[in-house]
Amino acid sequence: MSILVIAEHDNSTLNQATLNVVAAAKAIGGDIDVLVAGENCGAVGEAAAKADGVAKVLVADNAAYGHFLAENLGELIAELGKGYSHVLAAAGTNGKDFMPRVAALLDVAQVSDIIRVESEDTFARPIYAGNAIATVKASDSIKVVTVRPTAFDPVAAEGGSAAVEQVDVVKDAGVSAFVSEQMAESDRPDLASAGIVISGGRGMQNGENFKMLEQVADLLGAGIGASRAAVDAGFVPNDMQVGQTGKIVAPQLYIAVGISGAIQHLAGMSDSKVIVAINKDEEAPIFQVADYGLVADLFEAVPQLEEELKKVL
Amino acid sequence: MKVLVAVKRVIDYNVKVRVKPDNTGVDLANVKMAMNPFCEIAVEEAVRLKEKGVASEIVVVSMGPKACQEQIRTALALGADRGIHVETEDDVQSLDAAKLLKAVVEKEEPKLVILGKQSIDTDNNQTGQMLAALTGMGQGTFASEVVVEGEKVNVTREVDGGLMTVALNLPAVVTTDLRLNEPRYASLPNIMKAKKKPLDAMSPADLGVEVAPRLSTLKVEAPATRQAGVKVEDVAELVDKLKNEAKVI
Repeated sequence: MSILVIAEHDNSTLNQATLNVVAAAKAIGGDIDVLVAGENCGAVGEAAAKADGVAKVLVADNAAYGHFLAENLGELIAELGKGYSHVLAAAGTNGKDFMPRVAALLDVAQVSDIIRVESEDTFARPIYAGNAIATVKASDSIKVVTVRPTAFDPVAAEGGSAAVEQVDVVKDAGVSAFVSEQMAESDRPDLASAGIVISGGRGMQNGENFKMLEQVADLLGAGIGASRAAVDAGFVPNDMQVGQTGKIVAPQLYIAVGISGAIQHLAGMSDSKVIVAINKDEEAPIFQVADYGLVADLFEAVPQLEEELKKVL
Repeated sequence: MKVLVAVKRVIDYNVKVRVKPDNTGVDLANVKMAMNPFCEIAVEEAVRLKEKGVASEIVVVSMGPKACQEQIRTALALGADRGIHVETEDDVQSLDAAKLLKAVVEKEEPKLVILGKQSIDTDNNQTGQMLAALTGMGQGTFASEVVVEGEKVNVTREVDGGLMTVALNLPAVVTTDLRLNEPRYASLPNIMKAKKKPLDAMSPADLGVEVAPRLSTLKVEAPATRQAGVKVEDVAELVDKLKNEAKVI
């Protein structure tokens, strides 16, 4: 077997999720190649070559791939993928965008968002917002799979010495173009890979109040998330949403503040190691999954939390 | 321009999902079914495009058993003009759904196809992208804003790092995210009127597509459940437990 892993990156750094996907590839078994498609992304190729377990890194460096447009990447990956038994990518918004295109161009099914490898053709994945786990078997000769990164422990980022090859296949479908982007600028750790996450919900009442969470997050080196209710209400931007349709997180510590715990939110954070809930409603469903629950008004509890943390950190 | 909207019949999002005791699937017997919420957003977007004078006709399509016609009628009550039901009792997986939709696209020649980004039953998030690939169209997935300008559509997409806007040549495929719009409710007079709107039924064979599932579900299980932990009295106790018991700070 041979597996092609599509690297997640921003043209300058390799996203850690790639290491989780390589781990899923190792669980399947076989030779693992990594494709880095982007523009001026040579440094990413070198980083990928150091990852444990990688046999070869393919670098497709062209303006057509600079903004990761699915129309162009889909054609590139489908062409390269023909030589492999499996094509894997992280189930982030990039992988979700281009991988179904790859599958359709190869005339194969896609298995989305796997959380476990049972065998080379059988995988477990959540359905119904995580209310059920399906074990599915893929019958196609090429398996196109997206991987939930938090479900697999990452391989070591250093220690490997894979060969790096340039790929000169240029696919420009010519039907789409990048216009602009508004990316969140933050010095805080990335939500999806942060060791500690503190999230606010509707109980925060407005976006201004999220500053209270920022102060706690700064003390803990935590990422900041939000429930769908807080995003829908316009308190904070969409990229902070944790849940079924937002980001899936599984940090060592997850602190839910003013979040009731709708199933869609739980689907995004219930694999966290330790969950803390602060909510004034003691009947809130979030307490059913929390290791430590504090029934309190968040506007009193969060400033106290900041003070107490200052004493012990 | 003509807009095609695909809708899926799924378990109502308010229903508590239960795994069958024999682990063959989720119990759907006597369970309330409804239009997939992301599909409602797709219908609403099409209706708003028509209200703005951008869309001239809205065709809504659904695939599956006879009962799918309920969801097509719902879309007609919300403002779609005409329905197409591709009737099949077979398991229509994403790739087959995309192939059926491609056949409908070739017949109807819409300028824009709008779908939900995923259905809340299988959570696959595939069909729109697969349709776009099979038809060679550009795709604006996870859309939070759709602006048609001449022969292009600008789609703002909700991506991991924030928002990204792409320009797509028409015809194009758009898949909806949560914040694209807030769907309206159908009024009673519109529900009555929808009963008289045209609804064509056809089979996959009529469209030249053979439905052939590639994935088989071996078992479906309830997820591991977390046990509720303890309630702490105050913030000091919480911090003490996090530091000395859980050792996570």
